[in-house]
Amino acid sequence: MNYVLIVGAKSDIAKELAKVYAKNGFNLYLAGRNKNEIELMAKDINIRFGVKTLAKELDVTDYKTHKIFYNSLNPKPAGVIIASGYMAEQKECEKDFEKSLNTINTNFTGAVSILNIIANDMEARGDGFIVGISSVAGDRGRKTNYIYGSSKAGFTAYLSGLRNRLHSSSVKILTVKPGFVNTKMTAELDLPAKLTAEAKDVAIGIYNAQRKGKDVIYTKSIWWFIMLIIKNIPERIFKRLLI
Amino acid sequence: MNPISWGLYPKIKSKKHTFDSLENLAGLLKTEGEFIPFGNGRSYGDSALNDNIIYTKPYNYFLGFDETSGILHCQAGVLLSEILKIFVPKGWFLSVTPGTKLITVGGAIASDVHGKNHHIEGCFSSCVDEFNLMLPDGKIKTVTKNDELFYATCGGMGLTGVILDAKISLTKINSKNINQTTIKTKNLKETFGAFEKYQNMPYSVAWIDCLAKGKNLGKCLLMVGDFADDGDLDYRKKMKLNVPFTFPAFTLNSLSVKAFNWLYYKKAPKGISHQKVDIDSFFYPLDAIDNWNRIYGKNGFTQYQFILPKAASFKGLKEILETIAKSGKGSFLAVLKLYGKANKNYLSFPIEGYSLALDFKIEKGLFELLDNLDQIVIKYGGRIYLTKDVRVSKENFEKGYEHIDKFRALRKAYKMDKKLQSLQSKRVGI
Repeated sequence: MNYVLIVGAKSDIAKELAKVYAKNGFNLYLAGRNKNEIELMAKDINIRFGVKTLAKELDVTDYKTHKIFYNSLNPKPAGVIIASGYMAEQKECEKDFEKSLNTINTNFTGAVSILNIIANDMEARGDGFIVGISSVAGDRGRKTNYIYGSSKAGFTAYLSGLRNRLHSSSVKILTVKPGFVNTKMTAELDLPAKLTAEAKDVAIGIYNAQRKGKDVIYTKSIWWFIMLIIKNIPERIFKRLLI
Repeated sequence: MNPISWGLYPKIKSKKHTFDSLENLAGLLKTEGEFIPFGNGRSYGDSALNDNIIYTKPYNYFLGFDETSGILHCQAGVLLSEILKIFVPKGWFLSVTPGTKLITVGGAIASDVHGKNHHIEGCFSSCVDEFNLMLPDGKIKTVTKNDELFYATCGGMGLTGVILDAKISLTKINSKNINQTTIKTKNLKETFGAFEKYQNMPYSVAWIDCLAKGKNLGKCLLMVGDFADDGDLDYRKKMKLNVPFTFPAFTLNSLSVKAFNWLYYKKAPKGISHQKVDIDSFFYPLDAIDNWNRIYGKNGFTQYQFILPKAASFKGLKEILETIAKSGKGSFLAVLKLYGKANKNYLSFPIEGYSLALDFKIEKGLFELLDNLDQIVIKYGGRIYLTKDVRVSKENFEKGYEHIDKFRALRKAYKMDKKLQSLQSKRVGI
């Protein structure tokens, strides 16, 4: 059976995605910074679902290692999911450029570095899929979250361009824009229950959309509507809003 | 989300803490305040409630399985249902399981749960080989059988530290089916006779109609069984029913409960009958209905479970059943079982004798009735099950547990009393 590579395997959404793909019979490469922890996760999935799972060490911000990393995967994955992400407090990003840089490098630069390599390979093979977990925060910059938001905006635009480029090579690109998700990244925030999705439901939504070959999805889907409104508020009004 | 226990009572506001690494958890324990571990929220009362809870369910990796010995190593947040889903198709079953599979392994140890085979296999702790426990100072201790921390933690209601992972032995099965025999009895004497007669059967439990009075007092359906050797190991999710909202409080009254009990008793054939049933219907009948706790209304309910020493059981049960029948307070589920010998754990509930568990919705006059029942339980040398309890007084509780001072002393020695507390532990003074 085919392998799926999950980058940023320790994120809550990634953990659920790993389970959904394993349940459907896919073998997994689980990649992330802390190999010991990912090895535990790999063992767990192997016991639960009986698929092959391999833990791989990967730092998305250590760009020079990406080629060696991808070359080490044998067989090559049929699909790749980018679930790595970093969100710091907006206020801290404003004061501390290192935090801004880390946000941009994790969410955007690192993803570009690894996906450039993978996209070239998939283009050559004429087959494969890429799932990028971006965010609704990338749809419009807001004062409460615009460093994170702009890094995700960049990622969304990158995926859009990649989809356009690889359309003729039969490589499918899915952009996922989650709204609020109940994860450790958002544990400290007081989120509205009706707009907040569980990681497991997000993962099932992503799996189904990927299998159907969709381009862009919002999870929960109500976020499509919310963002439609937010994107269409004229800037002269938007700039005054406290959102 | 506010953590809430299965009885939906009491409802309190509390802060839920999670951890994704051991450093994380150790750091949390070093902060100010008291904590109590919280698994899947299936204990009925306030044993896992406090201002600060440590939510352990997400800490749920399977760590290893040895196909020859059947020893499973997993983190404490793994649910028994997850174990069954994976291992029943491979021919393994839990050596000890309570009447719900929707509890965590950590919770099973902390409550030292027991099931239909207690008279043969004992409590959950008898299938626990060892576990890792994070103490209040953040140090991790591997606890094995015969350690005093083992005696204190198994049944210790999460008050000795945070159980991190455990090695438990599973038991081999050849089929997902159970050969069940149902014995319908007419009164308490017949019920006791039937328990004695079938005491060599691996699994047994009785449903008792506790609103029956006079010559029918103690009539029951005793169900005994063992795993079949034929059949398959196909264990798939069945359609589930759900109670989508909390019932109005008046739905359950003594009339509707009487009607239910009458129907339930009536539908079973007279005398002795045989059935072939599967794991879920035999062990976990109530898990088939999601949120069944909502039928008792928004004020919630409690389960009153006590056990009496065998010699005093007949007299004591008679007195208690008479008191309940007289009060007219209904109970759907009254579960009676003959238990085997007590283990060495300080706070494990089972002793050799008969235990009865009854559900009551929380209403005016209930706690007075239960206080009266406590007096009878104590008079006959019995005790109350903490996992189900939400109201027992310190005085009535401690009379039943002879090792209570050892438990308190150990808590003090490890400074557990400073860091780990639940509403229940404060109420009963452990």
